[in-house]
Amino acid sequence: MGSRASRLLREEEIEEIKKETGFSHSQITRLYSRFTSLDKGENGTLSREDFQRIPELAINPLGDRIINAFFPEGEDQVNFRGFMRTLAHFRPIEDNEKNKNPSATEPLNSRTNKLLFAFRLYDLDRDDKISRDELLQVLRMMVGVNISDEQLGSIADRTIQEADTNGDSCISFNEFIKASFVVNIHICTVVLVLVNI
Amino acid sequence: MDVFWAGALWALKIWLYLIILLIMIPSMFGFSLGISEIYMTILVKTLEWATLNIQKANSDEGTLKPSSSNGLIQRENGSMEKELEELRRSRPKPPVGGDFTLSDCFYFIRQGIESIVDDQVTQRFTSEELVSWNLLTRTNNDFQYISLKLTLVYGLGIIVRYCILAPLRITLTVIGVSWLVIGTSAVGLLPNWRIKFWLSELVHVMCYRICARGLSATIRYHNRENKPKKGGICVANHTSPIDIVILCTDGCYAMVGQVHGGLMGIIQRAMVRSCPHVWFERSEMKDRHLVTKRLKDHVNDKKKLPILIFPEGTCINNTSVMMFKKGSFEIGTTIYPVAIKYDPKFGDAFWNSSKHSMVSYLLRMMTSWALVCNVWYLPAMHQQEGEDAVQFANRVKSAIAHQGGLVDLQWDGGLKRAKVKETFKEQQQKNPWYKCCTVQMNSGVAR
Repeated sequence: MGSRASRLLREEEIEEIKKETGFSHSQITRLYSRFTSLDKGENGTLSREDFQRIPELAINPLGDRIINAFFPEGEDQVNFRGFMRTLAHFRPIEDNEKNKNPSATEPLNSRTNKLLFAFRLYDLDRDDKISRDELLQVLRMMVGVNISDEQLGSIADRTIQEADTNGDSCISFNEFIKASFVVNIHICTVVLVLVNI
Repeated sequence: MDVFWAGALWALKIWLYLIILLIMIPSMFGFSLGISEIYMTILVKTLEWATLNIQKANSDEGTLKPSSSNGLIQRENGSMEKELEELRRSRPKPPVGGDFTLSDCFYFIRQGIESIVDDQVTQRFTSEELVSWNLLTRTNNDFQYISLKLTLVYGLGIIVRYCILAPLRITLTVIGVSWLVIGTSAVGLLPNWRIKFWLSELVHVMCYRICARGLSATIRYHNRENKPKKGGICVANHTSPIDIVILCTDGCYAMVGQVHGGLMGIIQRAMVRSCPHVWFERSEMKDRHLVTKRLKDHVNDKKKLPILIFPEGTCINNTSVMMFKKGSFEIGTTIYPVAIKYDPKFGDAFWNSSKHSMVSYLLRMMTSWALVCNVWYLPAMHQQEGEDAVQFANRVKSAIAHQGGLVDLQWDGGLKRAKVKETFKEQQQKNPWYKCCTVQMNSGVAR
C-alpha cells in the first residue's frame, strides 16, 4: 500500500515524524496516503473544508471542534506533520512506554495529553478554564434540540459543582483531570489500533 | 511506397477478416471457440504465480500485507458503548442534572478521529484496495520491483495488453457500436409487427455481445430463472457504464436516462427507433411527477421490455452498495434485483468519473487484463403492506449487498460531489448510545 505515497514522503521526514509521534514507519506511510486522498486541493495541506468532506465527521456532533483541534490558533491549513501530531494523541499507550524515563518529555499519547485534548475541545476561548457557557455549548451540540435550555442549564450547573474545587465556578484542567480520574483512558480515549503492516 | 500501402491494407484486411471470423461471428450467435477461455486460464495461472512470488518476497522481509477489508483501523465495535454504560451505572446517581459526565465527549472524539483516519464513505469513491499486486499500475499496488522474473512478466504484459489486446478490443467496440446504430436504425424502419421486436432484441443482444468481447468480459450469470420479465423494473448496483453491457449481454432492457448530445445522442436516437426506451430531456428530469408517470406508463404496457435502473445514481467502487434513491420503488411494480460483482484482480472496473473521462476510462478498461464478473439474479421483490418506498428500497439494497458480498451502507452516493445535508445529522441522533444519553439526561432531569 502507498508505494506511490511513500515516494513523495522523504525518508528523513518519516524518521522525524516517527520520533515525534511514535507511529511506526508503515503506519506513517499509510496515514500519508490517507492524508493525500483527503487533500483535494493537492497542495500538501488540509483545510477545514477537506475535513468537512468526510461525511461521518460532518455529522459528528463535535465534528467542528475536533477539526478545530487540528489547526494551530489563527491558521487554516495543516500540513502532514501537524496532522500526525494531533493524531498521535490517540495512539494507545503501550506497556513499554509507561515505564520510560519520567524526566523525558511526555509523549503525545500520554493520559494527560489525551485529557488535555478533550479539555481543549470544551475550552473554546483557550483561557485554560471551562466556563458554564462553554460547557453549555458542548452539551447543546451533543444532545441536539431534544432537551430544553433550562434542563441543560441544570446539567451544566451540576457538572461544574461536582468538578469545581476552588469555587470559581469554572473547571480548570487540574479539576478536569480529577473529575475524569475514574475514566479508564484505554477505553475512553480513542483506541486507534492501526493495523501493523 | 505503393507497395508499403498495399501491404498495410492487406494486413488490415486479414486482421479484420480474422476478427470477424474468429470473434464476431461466434459472439453474435452466442457461442465460443474457446480462445478467450484459454486466455483466461493462462491469465489466472500467471496472476496466481505472481501472487505467490510477491508473498514469498514479502515474507522474506517479514512484513504482512493487511487484508483489504480490514482498512486502516480496528474498530472495537460496541465495546465503547458498553464501557460507558457500565461507568454510568457504577457511579452514584446525582440528585439533579441527569447523567452527564465531562468524559462523555470521548465517545464522539473517538468516532471523529476514527473517521478522519479511515471512513466508510469517501473510500468508496476511489479505487478498491487490492491485497496483492495484479501486474497493472493503477491501484494502490503500484509497480514494485520484486524480482527480475516478475518484472519481465510485467513488461511482457504491457506488450500484450497495449499492442495486441488494445487494438483488437478497440476494433471490436467500434464494430459493435456501429452495428448497434446501423442495425437499430434499420429495424426502426420496419412496421410495428411482432418480427420488429424480435429483430430489435436480436440486434441489441448481438451488439452488446460484441462489445462484451471488446472488453474481454467473462461473465458468470447465476440463478437465470429469476431473470427480469416484461412489465417490471430491474435494479442493480452501479460500478461503471459497463454494467449496462454486462446485463444486456444476457437479455434486453429498456434504458432510462437523460438525452445526451454527441456520439451518445446518436446511439440513443438510433436505439429508441427500434424499441421503446425512456429518454428524458434535461428539463423534464426535474419534474418528478412526469418521470414517475412515464415510468408507470412504460411498466403498465406488458409488451415493453423491463426497465433497467441503477438506483444509487452514481458509480461506487464495487465494495459496497449505497443508498437507493426511492424513485423507482414508488412506481409499485415488481422489482427484479440484480447484484453485480467484478473481480478486481483482473482490472479495476470502477469509473471514477471525477478523475477520468469516459474515453480514457474505456481505454483503461481495454488495456486491463480482462473483465471478470459475477451477476446474480435475485428473486422478484414486491412492496409489502405497510412498507414505504424508502424501507422497500433499503430491503432491496440489503438483498443485493448480501448476495454480492458487498457492504450495505446507508450513505447517499451523492456525497461524492455534495456535502452532507443537515438532515443527516438526525441520523446520528438515532445512534443507540446517543439516544440513551439523551434519554438518561431527560430522566435525570425529570427526577
